Amino acid sequence: MAASENDLSVPTVQLLAPDGSYAPNAAAEQFVPYVERLTEDDLRRFYRDMATVRRFDREAANLQRQGQLALWVPSHGQEAAQVGSGRAARPQDHIFPSYREHVVGMIRGLDVVDILRVLKGVTMGGWVPEENGNFRLYSFVLASQTLHATGYAMGLQFDGATATGDPERDEAVVVYYGDGASSQGDANEALVFAASYQTPQVFFLQNNGWAISVPVERQSRTPLVWRGAGFGIRADRIDGNDVLASYAVTAHHLDEARAGHGPAFIEAMTYRVGAHTTADDPTKYRLDTDLEDWVRRDPIARLRTYLEGRGIEGSFFDEVDEEAADFAADVRRRALEIVGPDPDVIFDNVYAEAHPALAEERAWFEAYEASFEEAE
Amino acid sequence: MTDTAIRAEAPSRPSGTSILPLGKAITAGLRQAMLDDDKVLLMGEDIGPLGGVFRVTEGLHAEFGDQRVLDTPLAESGIVGTAIGLAMRGYRPVIEIQFDGFIFPAFDQITTQLARMRARHEGGISMPVVIRVPYGGHIGSIEHHQESPEAYFAHTPGLRVVSPATPNDAYWMIQQAIRSDDPVLFFEPKSRYWPKGTVDFDAEPTPLHASRVVRTGTDVTVIGHGAMVTTLLEAADLAADEGTSIEVVDLRSLSPVDYGPVLASVSKTGRAVVAQEASGFVSVGSEIAATIAERAFYLLQAPVLRVSGYDTPFPPAAVETHFLPSADRVLEAVDRTLAY
Repeated sequence: MAASENDLSVPTVQLLAPDGSYAPNAAAEQFVPYVERLTEDDLRRFYRDMATVRRFDREAANLQRQGQLALWVPSHGQEAAQVGSGRAARPQDHIFPSYREHVVGMIRGLDVVDILRVLKGVTMGGWVPEENGNFRLYSFVLASQTLHATGYAMGLQFDGATATGDPERDEAVVVYYGDGASSQGDANEALVFAASYQTPQVFFLQNNGWAISVPVERQSRTPLVWRGAGFGIRADRIDGNDVLASYAVTAHHLDEARAGHGPAFIEAMTYRVGAHTTADDPTKYRLDTDLEDWVRRDPIARLRTYLEGRGIEGSFFDEVDEEAADFAADVRRRALEIVGPDPDVIFDNVYAEAHPALAEERAWFEAYEASFEEAE
Repeated sequence: MTDTAIRAEAPSRPSGTSILPLGKAITAGLRQAMLDDDKVLLMGEDIGPLGGVFRVTEGLHAEFGDQRVLDTPLAESGIVGTAIGLAMRGYRPVIEIQFDGFIFPAFDQITTQLARMRARHEGGISMPVVIRVPYGGHIGSIEHHQESPEAYFAHTPGLRVVSPATPNDAYWMIQQAIRSDDPVLFFEPKSRYWPKGTVDFDAEPTPLHASRVVRTGTDVTVIGHGAMVTTLLEAADLAADEGTSIEVVDLRSLSPVDYGPVLASVSKTGRAVVAQEASGFVSVGSEIAATIAERAFYLLQAPVLRVSGYDTPFPPAAVETHFLPSADRVLEAVDRTLAY
């Protein structure tokens, strides 16, 4: 059987149709119970997450344009994939992001200004994962984090922290990467190790169509979801612009992983509406018509239509917009207050234990820097 | 009987001395480290029931089981990358890279991830990962099995790089490396795996990063690490027959380098030769030669000379003895320094 990467005949889990109607397709059947347990508050929360990060994303891009950030990595268009999967994880789970999952960090309790500190170039890391919902640091070497996630999941097994039969306690790992990173050796080695050790882990691949300027067809001639089977890992493709599909399928596979049934692979079909980063210019390599096509499938508009159909009052959406604007204004204010570290941070934390050569170099550096102060 | 019970009956810590080959001294050191700390686990290719291609992990799988001795899939980047994840979880992985020339698939995970993870986390985590690398020539093997890639790692901030030359050092240094909270590249001189030496299980070990004078002399200082130390001692014997007194320094640590004994020796002899199996261009030996020149300029009677592998790929084994620095090539350099 042949299928191109974007062949829509490949089963793709969808519960919310692009027009906002609730219409689970055949592939979605087994996941319906996960959606049925969602309360109206849960759905409002999904919407609030998505609308807030959309507004934040725009503010961050503006900050970059105004010289406040070295770079920004937009998430516009991928909110449903990220919010659904992010909300599916339990508090005890561990999240290994790539570098575009800002809203997953928010969901885990991270102050997004900490992300801006990284993109402003005042820190390499930005936050303490254990104090921020086990949301690990961003990883800028593509797919490097997939192996860290798998090793961490092996550690959960060795610790007996998973598959005890208590879903309130059992821990699992979610790792995010993308269609570009799927070509990296590390992504494939991670799948080999995960299958071999049957790690409690979900690989969440956001196929946003583009690796900077190169279309996904260059990465794979077959649907990426098929790779799961090749590694002996159960896999599902989902409509990545359907927050309910993202939530339900991730929740299911995390439950399975926590129960000791090994890893899973999810390919979320979505689209990077914005540029790869603020240094990119998508008009040089992609068609406006493709973009328009995807904008029509906007994940936030889709959820809003659905919620309106369920009778959620219009004032709710106005309130969310207002909150998001306040949030963005607060982020902007605090982003402008970010200050750089002292220069001697250069030498901090390179080693855990004494290192005479570096200590000597640091002493020289400090004396050299101090010589300017004396001159003044 | 459970695994734990078997272990409880095993002698917990050897005492006295024992005559062991260097490879088996490492085995004993690994075993001791695993007994001392149950977060220590071994990862690598064929290290389980086989005991590794050099049998350095022999018996450890039987004693400690599947979750302490992991026969991993055959993927070096995967091994190092998952070890990083395990270290994040509180484990102390000890990786065996099967041969020096096979470390490069893991180069990215070692240099862009392992080496920087602590700095990236602003000190919030440590990476107590040891990467054991059987390295160097003299075993007559095929391509990628005889190389000396130490410089790539010594160049990388965040890593520590050590190399034992004797069974006693091997036994102690592997345990010190495992106890270190920093990542350590542990280069094992594979041509020295089999010759035996005394291991003293009771003696206070030399610090991991200390260099050491292993033979005193007055005319020329020769400096090296790993298997090269044996060649240097051989050269010193030959020179003594001709009336030249050579002092030999075993570096033991390539990052950081302990320059104290090196400079003390050079201040006495005024002449230094640095020897290594690795190609000389941009090598550890180059760095040491430059530092001696910087710090001991007025004490030197002659330029610091280097004796290295040639700046070529490691050649076919049939001609490796022409490539690898021999005692004679070391003495040729010694003679040149004495001619100044």
